[in-house]
Amino acid sequence: MTTARETVLGRVRDALALAPAADGAPVPRAYRTGRTLPDEERLALFTDRLADYKARVHPCTADRTAEVIAEVLREQGAERIGVPAGLDPRWLSAHDGEVRQDSADIPAPSLDALDGVVTASAVSCAETGTIFLDGSPDQGRRALSLVPDLHVCVVDLSTVEVGVPEAVARLVPERPTTLISGPSATSDIELERVEGVHGPRTLAVVIRTDA
Amino acid sequence: MSATFLGMPATPPRSPYGTGNLRGDRKFPAAAHDELRNEQLRGNLGRATRTIRAKRLTVTGELPDWEELRDAGSAIKTDTMNRLPELLEELERNVTARGGTVHWARDGVEANEIVARLIKETGSEEVIKVKSMATQEIGLNEHLESLGITAHETDLAELIVQLAHDKPSHILVPAIHRNRDEIRQIFLKEIPGVDPSLDNVPAHLAAAARVYLREKFMTTEVAVSGANFGIAETGTLSVVESEGNGRMCLTLPDTLITVMGIEKVLPRYQDLEVFLQLLPRSSTGERMNPYTSMWTGVTPGDGPQTFHLVLLDNGRTAALADRIGREALNCIRCSACLNVCPVYERTGGHAYGSTYPGPIGAVLTPQLAGMDAARDDPNSSLPYASSLCGACFDACPVKIDIPSLLVELRHQHTERSGTTAEKLAMKAAAGVMSRPKVYTAAQKASGLGRVLAGRDGKFSHLPPPFSGWSESRDTPAPPEQTFRAWLASAEGAATMRAAADEHTRGGQPTRDQQQEEDK
Repeated sequence: MTTARETVLGRVRDALALAPAADGAPVPRAYRTGRTLPDEERLALFTDRLADYKARVHPCTADRTAEVIAEVLREQGAERIGVPAGLDPRWLSAHDGEVRQDSADIPAPSLDALDGVVTASAVSCAETGTIFLDGSPDQGRRALSLVPDLHVCVVDLSTVEVGVPEAVARLVPERPTTLISGPSATSDIELERVEGVHGPRTLAVVIRTDA
Repeated sequence: MSATFLGMPATPPRSPYGTGNLRGDRKFPAAAHDELRNEQLRGNLGRATRTIRAKRLTVTGELPDWEELRDAGSAIKTDTMNRLPELLEELERNVTARGGTVHWARDGVEANEIVARLIKETGSEEVIKVKSMATQEIGLNEHLESLGITAHETDLAELIVQLAHDKPSHILVPAIHRNRDEIRQIFLKEIPGVDPSLDNVPAHLAAAARVYLREKFMTTEVAVSGANFGIAETGTLSVVESEGNGRMCLTLPDTLITVMGIEKVLPRYQDLEVFLQLLPRSSTGERMNPYTSMWTGVTPGDGPQTFHLVLLDNGRTAALADRIGREALNCIRCSACLNVCPVYERTGGHAYGSTYPGPIGAVLTPQLAGMDAARDDPNSSLPYASSLCGACFDACPVKIDIPSLLVELRHQHTERSGTTAEKLAMKAAAGVMSRPKVYTAAQKASGLGRVLAGRDGKFSHLPPPFSGWSESRDTPAPPEQTFRAWLASAEGAATMRAAADEHTRGGQPTRDQQQEEDK
């Protein structure tokens, strides 16, 4: 008896035999790649696009990271904060609330008890206002940046690329990767945009301009 | 290669007749006729499609290399179809190497059985679902329900559709046909324990869905999703969404089952750089959708620890076997063609009777599920559900020539139809036109038609065999005089003389015209 696998692959081969390809022209890749922009312009573009997505943007210098994060958390009234195990502990040093370090054996539903989460990020794309998380130790498992209602994400300007091709080129394919462009949103009811459905309703981005 | 391969391949079978959601129960003109009477639907659709169209034009206009991206997208998909066997095997190899399990399904029936078996093996009696065209196409929810497994749709629009016991009417915004008052009523009636004072503000409705679904996300152990892309080179799968319900489903449960049409494979990870630009901008008119998830097999300590990928044929190889029709498999389900289509804008998605409505649906549906002339198949009306205006071709991010595909399908339909009244009529017309005397006589006779046409000079109803034509169009009455009769008359002769005069004067005004101007 032939397996479904053999049958489907056989059908695909039959189909290609019945209707051979017209030509094998190479894929034209004349779109823009390898773009660069000076720091200031990349920061301005990224900030503009993040704001357009209703994300809150907080540029800062590396030495003020802890202060700015604490300010953001205070502003949002967030006390209990989750952090991935590999996050620089100094970043939460100015926060006077509770800090809980995440680990794989904590059941994901209990993350619901957190007021917010602070993570780092892997890569960003200025042109689309997109932040890429790749599950590295300073970004944690995917559930951590998803379940709590506030996500404070730290981005180093040196990791911000101009466009999508430049950003994708920096990714590691095997890592579980999440692309975030603004907070959760829906337009399903009469196309009226509503921020915050299931993911975090607030996204605050702390951009370290000299790191 | 199948065991019976003898050097001359047979056409691969289509999706089985009557299973899943690739066929309505009546033809497009009849369904559209009813939908057109729904003022609410037309109002909602008109506003929604206008809004998305404008947003799409703004964000695609921002990219100076938009056309180059379309060219690349189109070429990558063409290359994918040409190398489909090796790419599918490569995808399978890489998913398996990263701890996933790959299943193959010849059709929707088999895919439903595989998914149901996998769910049962987990011991769970409910699943959470990410919005997915493939599972809608095969009617997975209905199949699971028949086995006592509850499938919860978690996309807000899909949830609205599911709670209303309705069908999606748009690829991207399935509840586009519902307004806020209707949605409020649906929630009040169907969500257990919902606040009875819930009003119709979209933010409040979304919040009610959030509360309802959060409990499901936290407690359900199995999720079912579709996939926007599957990367052969790395085994990476991807889901593009907005609300975070996708992230919830793809991250929180222990088991993830993904159903993917075999045409969704992409050769290289790098190809994402093209499609992550084309898809969001074409679909919601955003520079990027809020969330995209990408995963490769399983990752210890992060997300589902059991991952199944079900690769679905269900008529796709039949589409692939047609050199012209193959192009429709390039579709990335962005819905841009729906939003620019004058026919879709007026009839909405339900009139198409398929999971895939609009221009691409009119092409894809008959290709996947056939248009069986012998059974008077509703799908045979879909290639005619178009004005062939070409707006869909202009909007398509992967440059699918939808109008030409529709014309090709019309041709195929006519070829397969055998002897019909239409064919007989055309044959008779050819006979008459090839004999001048008979033709003149026929033209004189047709002038009599004016008497029957009534005062507005139009026929609303023609007798059989032309009644099919007149169902959806008015037919103008024949003119009082045929062209030949006019040419032979004094008026015709004078007009021709004047035209000849003008020609010999090299475009100089005629004496009559000159006198007019001198006055």
